[in-house]
Amino acid sequence: MKQLARLGLGLLLSTGLATAHAEEVKIGMITTLSGGGSHLGVDVRDAFLLAIEQSGRDDIEVLVKDDARKPDLARNLANEFMQRDEVDLMTGIIWSNLAMAVVPSVVRQGTFYLSPNAGPSALAGRMCHENYFNVAYQNDNLHGAMGAWMKEQGYERPLIMAPNYPAGTDALAGFKHLYEGEVADELYTQMGQTDYAAEIAQIRASDADSLFFFLPGGMGISFMKQWQNAGVDLPVFGAAFSFDETLIKAVGEAAIGARNTSLWAYDLDNDTSRAFVESFQQAYDRMPTLYAAQGFDTANLILSALEQAHPDDQDAFREALREADFDSVRGEFRFGPNQHPIQDIYVREVVAGEDGEPTNRLLGIAVEDIQDIYHVDCKM
Amino acid sequence: MSATLFLEQLINGLQLGTMLFLMASGLTLVFGVMGLINLAHGSFYMVGAYLTAAVTAASGSFMLGLGAGLLGAAAAGALVELIVIRRLYHRSHLDQVLATFALILIFSEGTRWLFGASPLWLSTPEWLSGYVTLPGDARYPLYRLVIIGVGITVAVGLYLLISRTRLGMRVRAGESDREMIGALGIDISRLYTAVFALGAGLAGLAGAMVGALQSVQVGMGEPVLILAFVVIVIGGIGSIKGALLGALLVGVVDTLGRVFLPLFFRGFLPPSEATDVGAALASMLIYILMAVILAFKPKGLFTVND
Amino acid sequence: MLALLLVLPVAADLLGHPYYVSLASRLTLIAMAAVGLNLALGYGGMISFGHAAYFGLGGYIAGIGAYHAFDATAFMGLLPGSDNLLVLWPLAMLACGLLALLIGAVSLRTSGVYFIMITLAFAQMVYYFANSWPTYGGQDGLPIYLRNQLPGLDTQDPLTFFLICFTGLVLAMALTSRLMGSRFGAALTMARLNETRLATAGISPYPIRLLAFVVSAVITGLAGALYADLNGFVSPSMLSWHMSGELMVIVILGGVGRLYGPLAGAVLFISMETLLGGVTEYWQLFLGLVLLGVVLFARHGVMGWLAGRESPGREPHE
Repeated sequence: MKQLARLGLGLLLSTGLATAHAEEVKIGMITTLSGGGSHLGVDVRDAFLLAIEQSGRDDIEVLVKDDARKPDLARNLANEFMQRDEVDLMTGIIWSNLAMAVVPSVVRQGTFYLSPNAGPSALAGRMCHENYFNVAYQNDNLHGAMGAWMKEQGYERPLIMAPNYPAGTDALAGFKHLYEGEVADELYTQMGQTDYAAEIAQIRASDADSLFFFLPGGMGISFMKQWQNAGVDLPVFGAAFSFDETLIKAVGEAAIGARNTSLWAYDLDNDTSRAFVESFQQAYDRMPTLYAAQGFDTANLILSALEQAHPDDQDAFREALREADFDSVRGEFRFGPNQHPIQDIYVREVVAGEDGEPTNRLLGIAVEDIQDIYHVDCKM
Repeated sequence: MSATLFLEQLINGLQLGTMLFLMASGLTLVFGVMGLINLAHGSFYMVGAYLTAAVTAASGSFMLGLGAGLLGAAAAGALVELIVIRRLYHRSHLDQVLATFALILIFSEGTRWLFGASPLWLSTPEWLSGYVTLPGDARYPLYRLVIIGVGITVAVGLYLLISRTRLGMRVRAGESDREMIGALGIDISRLYTAVFALGAGLAGLAGAMVGALQSVQVGMGEPVLILAFVVIVIGGIGSIKGALLGALLVGVVDTLGRVFLPLFFRGFLPPSEATDVGAALASMLIYILMAVILAFKPKGLFTVND
Repeated sequence: MLALLLVLPVAADLLGHPYYVSLASRLTLIAMAAVGLNLALGYGGMISFGHAAYFGLGGYIAGIGAYHAFDATAFMGLLPGSDNLLVLWPLAMLACGLLALLIGAVSLRTSGVYFIMITLAFAQMVYYFANSWPTYGGQDGLPIYLRNQLPGLDTQDPLTFFLICFTGLVLAMALTSRLMGSRFGAALTMARLNETRLATAGISPYPIRLLAFVVSAVITGLAGALYADLNGFVSPSMLSWHMSGELMVIVILGGVGRLYGPLAGAVLFISMETLLGGVTEYWQLFLGLVLLGVVLFARHGVMGWLAGRESPGREPHE
């Protein structure tokens, strides 16, 4: 029934009640709703629509399209939104490679883009743009924060591991940048790899005192399950991308004990967050992930800016976005000069919840006011 | 590089190999007997994993789930054979590729519709968890040894089935002369359904076993499918013996390549470049192996019939 | 059909719907890539499951040229970048031709299923190579920020770019038609239908097939180069086996070994993707059902069904 209600809401919003409101705002959302990793896109979409619904505004039309995680399809959808539907702003992309395919051309053609996930380094630095806002994180934020925190906790020889692709190498570079010490070893896996027996044997054979890995989505699930039975007693660390509420349910008990950094936790102690968790659970009958939180914040940032100006008045609207005058579920939220967040990053631990299923518990703040290192390259 | 680590990686290679054999044996049988090229074989792997995860979650018993995965995939195979596949035996390879490509889309999206986009939870049962201590004090997961055991059992079982039973006799007859077997008055369509269901069931078994190690998600069958194709092409399409040898070869070469190539390049390149070059080469290694083998033996290592 | 494809985008542009112009460009290029594949697959009977390799390589040539032109750096430290399409196109065609010569020379030693699989394996090699080579973006792909230039024309203009693509498609189809009408075409058809008879005529089928395979790859590669410019983006997904599969699907949908088959297939495929994708999240399920229906019940593709007779170029099943 809830599914039906949500579908109804989605349809209603996407058909937009077709009343030609003078000040109507059109938002185009391109996100991943099918194929591998689609739970990220579904969470972003659901939370975004929830925030719009809660605002009670009926002059906002949200068009949602599925990119199936294909860069060329995403690029076509972007053209469709800009040229046919003439949307005022766009959002929704989950993956860095899709963002790199879509965002530069969108912002150059004078449409606003707000990222609810994915913050590739190029868009934070060399290729930053006044119409591009990242409401989630720069990709390195969570990895760097974990590096800093592990250093502080006294780990001396972490072995670090990531898939061999740009976001993977960036993740390890980000980790090392704030860890500022020697690592035991660096392992690169293949994209989409499903069997990690070879890597686990290498980890065991190394003299590492801890393991940090970045294996988003299904890769993380496979790795953790295989790690559990391998009989290696190293503490495990990662970023929330491998430990969101949906994924750890799929990993099961193997995830318990792992610590991970996140920009938001559902047990965060602030009113906005509590209200968000409650309303999200009520609407969709599941625990929101950090992606949902990011989608929710993105919508609320847009709503706060719309109070000030319509996107047609580009300068005023941009100024209103920069102020970031909204209640974030993360507590404090502000933008740096490159329009990427300066924010606290938290550490969480995966524990057995009341129902026995694994869930994240907040441990504390890993790093306060973290800012990406690429902002110095941004000439805006 | 210690001898222990090498031994461990070798076992890892064998484990990957036996899992590939479960996939490849069905694929090669279906091709050998019916002349059908089946891209949708990976879908049965996925069906097996999903059913196992669902039934295990509902009943709490992994064995029950495993049975459901195996039988469910076989049933799905039989159903697909009856509805679609049997219309394809007399078609060109091209039509078979297109139709089974369509089946992949249907299975993947249908599964997502039924089970949702999130990966399912499936884990090794208590009594198969933990590790075994190998010589040289290496610890090796018990479950992976069990997979190797199951793979060997299936290989022996298939050998006996094909060499000792009536069904096997018909299969062999079908492989060597498809016209003949019809002339012998054997109900060929039932034989075909049985062989297809057997192949699907084995793929389902592989998916179910591996599902406990990996994430159970839509599209999980596709990477394995491509590897299984490499295996049967190397081994010689239609040959069970070739599938076994090819699977072990691919499993070992892939695993060892992934571990040792980056290490090898570290001997004379800076670490990050060595990793890049090593990983790039490692991911291409089995395809290079396949190209080299086919360049010298265009019909694979074991040719069944010409 | 070609005339309609030409008229509709021009009309859309006049009416101020640039989106439909780029959609038409996309359709045109996919059709052109399929025309290339059709030469190998349809006319030559070489079932290549690896044409994404050429499509993607062509795209990467355009992307890498633009990348170095944008950064004012040089490829491998030797060749300077270029954003001139008159340089990039021949380069893309040359590269694809050489790759196809290499792949074809090995693959054509095999036949049947082995040929399908070995072409797939080679394409996978290229795919993994592009995936794990970080200089040009690896898995993230390579954006082309400004469309590559053609002297005297504004390639940024959707209609102009469409007309370039359209010319490419027409040329590719004309080339196919000319080739198949020539002695070479007759030999290729004979190599497919009856190898022994060709041999008795004193012609070896191997070089004929290899040449057809190379020409086929060159056409697909040029389409790939244009496609990268259209999207402003090239990534390994252009090289993936799904791409090879889709190209095959388009050729088969339209009708194997028919001049207009690839175009009809592309029209059908793109409209299904666009229309169904707008209706349901699970559109691929319905795409699958339609495809299955076409194979089982419309055996000779759309063009065959329209023509209502056996394709002249179709192989009798084995």
